[in-house]
Amino acid sequence: MAEHTVKAFDDDITRLRGLIAEMGGIAELAIAEAMQALLSGDEELGKAVVERDQKLDALESEVDAMAVRTLALRAPMADDLREIIAALKIAGVLERIGDYAKNIAKRVGKIEGRNRFEPLTLLPAMNEVAAEMVHDVLTAFAARDPVLAREVIERDAKVDAFYDSIFRNFVSYMVENPSTISSAAQLLFVARNIERIGDHATNVAEMVHFAALGTYPPDRN
Amino acid sequence: MVIQEKLSTEPKMRTRDVSIFYGDKKAVDSVSIDIPTEFVTAFIGPSGCGKSTFLRALNRMNDTIASARVDGRIELDGEDIYHSSMDVVQLRARVGMVFQKPNPFPKSIFENVAYGPRIHGLAEGRTELQEIVEKSLRRAGLWEEVKDRLEESGTALSGGQQQRLCIARAIAVQPEVILMDEPCSALDPIATAKIEELIDELRGRYAIVIVTHSMQQAARVSQRTAFFHLGRMVEYGHTSDIFTNPTEERTKDYITGRYG
Repeated sequence: MAEHTVKAFDDDITRLRGLIAEMGGIAELAIAEAMQALLSGDEELGKAVVERDQKLDALESEVDAMAVRTLALRAPMADDLREIIAALKIAGVLERIGDYAKNIAKRVGKIEGRNRFEPLTLLPAMNEVAAEMVHDVLTAFAARDPVLAREVIERDAKVDAFYDSIFRNFVSYMVENPSTISSAAQLLFVARNIERIGDHATNVAEMVHFAALGTYPPDRN
Repeated sequence: MVIQEKLSTEPKMRTRDVSIFYGDKKAVDSVSIDIPTEFVTAFIGPSGCGKSTFLRALNRMNDTIASARVDGRIELDGEDIYHSSMDVVQLRARVGMVFQKPNPFPKSIFENVAYGPRIHGLAEGRTELQEIVEKSLRRAGLWEEVKDRLEESGTALSGGQQQRLCIARAIAVQPEVILMDEPCSALDPIATAKIEELIDELRGRYAIVIVTHSMQQAARVSQRTAFFHLGRMVEYGHTSDIFTNPTEERTKDYITGRYG
């Protein structure tokens, strides 16, 4: 894209994009590490994920301030305006994704009998799909790529399918092993959190599409 | 590029393939646009793009420039305004103009507004003239500020008040179209806001066309926007679309500050 006549405007937008990328990196790491901590029972790692979430909150505030400042000073139009609005909303969504990862990390110490607990083995694959959605949607944001954004949106169905199958699985497991209900219920929440991460990655993808083309994807629901 | 859109009424003005020359130089190239009463239409574009020249052609203000020549057709209510049977004085009463710099006559506030209706024979007697003056000043949002000093000179008012006086003066002759050529560029933000508020109130009653260099102003006051570049109308559409998602690359570069 051509440069603005006012160079400082380009600097503002570059900085805003940088902040979003930084938030995305932290959110991705949080998703991966929360699952790792959950699987291995590493409470220290879980705690680290929870603590790092503050950084995401701080970055979100920074994006808010930066976006408001840019809106006020530059009165952006057209794709500039869309990009800044998208950045503002994406920052909010990434912060939420961080919260879900934090929520998963908080449950690390609440799972009993981890080594022979079958439901646990169902989660990593689901988590990976959601994590990849987050990763790819940030790539789409960086590249202003609406095609990749739509691909990410399509993948959400896979996460939802995972969730349904895991839900049924857990319920029958609980019926057969009532003593595990407490732990299994914790894992149901984890699955739910991952499902929400997928939804939020979809929201980001819609904003990337909007920023790039000025329209939402046709199948938005 | 011919613009046609479904309107509830016939457009007040219509131009078809209008080109304007200054000597050999083509300043406006084949512009076709409909100007309806229900919307405010904004013309935007960089300096020298032809938007003001085109605006002035809409009430034959270019007639005073010897080298200027207008090709194509400009209609007011379907009538060719460049036809030899058109009374230019009458035309300029029907299509009023407000300029960049407020230009009140060096006469009283009252006379500034009363002058037009008087020469056009719109008022019978002093009482009726007074009514027209009051109504016009009210409509221009100036009445409360000047009602007790109508005999003071129009030039003694502040810039913003002078501009509203000029709008009252244009309104007083019951125009159908009001052309505004950067009406706020000499005004402070408060006076600008008052003019913008006024434009909003006048919308629907008159077909209004505004030329402005302020993109934000065009976005605020207009419902349709035309972007001019190098004499051509590059894009015309709903103002909200033009400013959030323009179709043409040149429009986008201009409104986002990447032009040139």
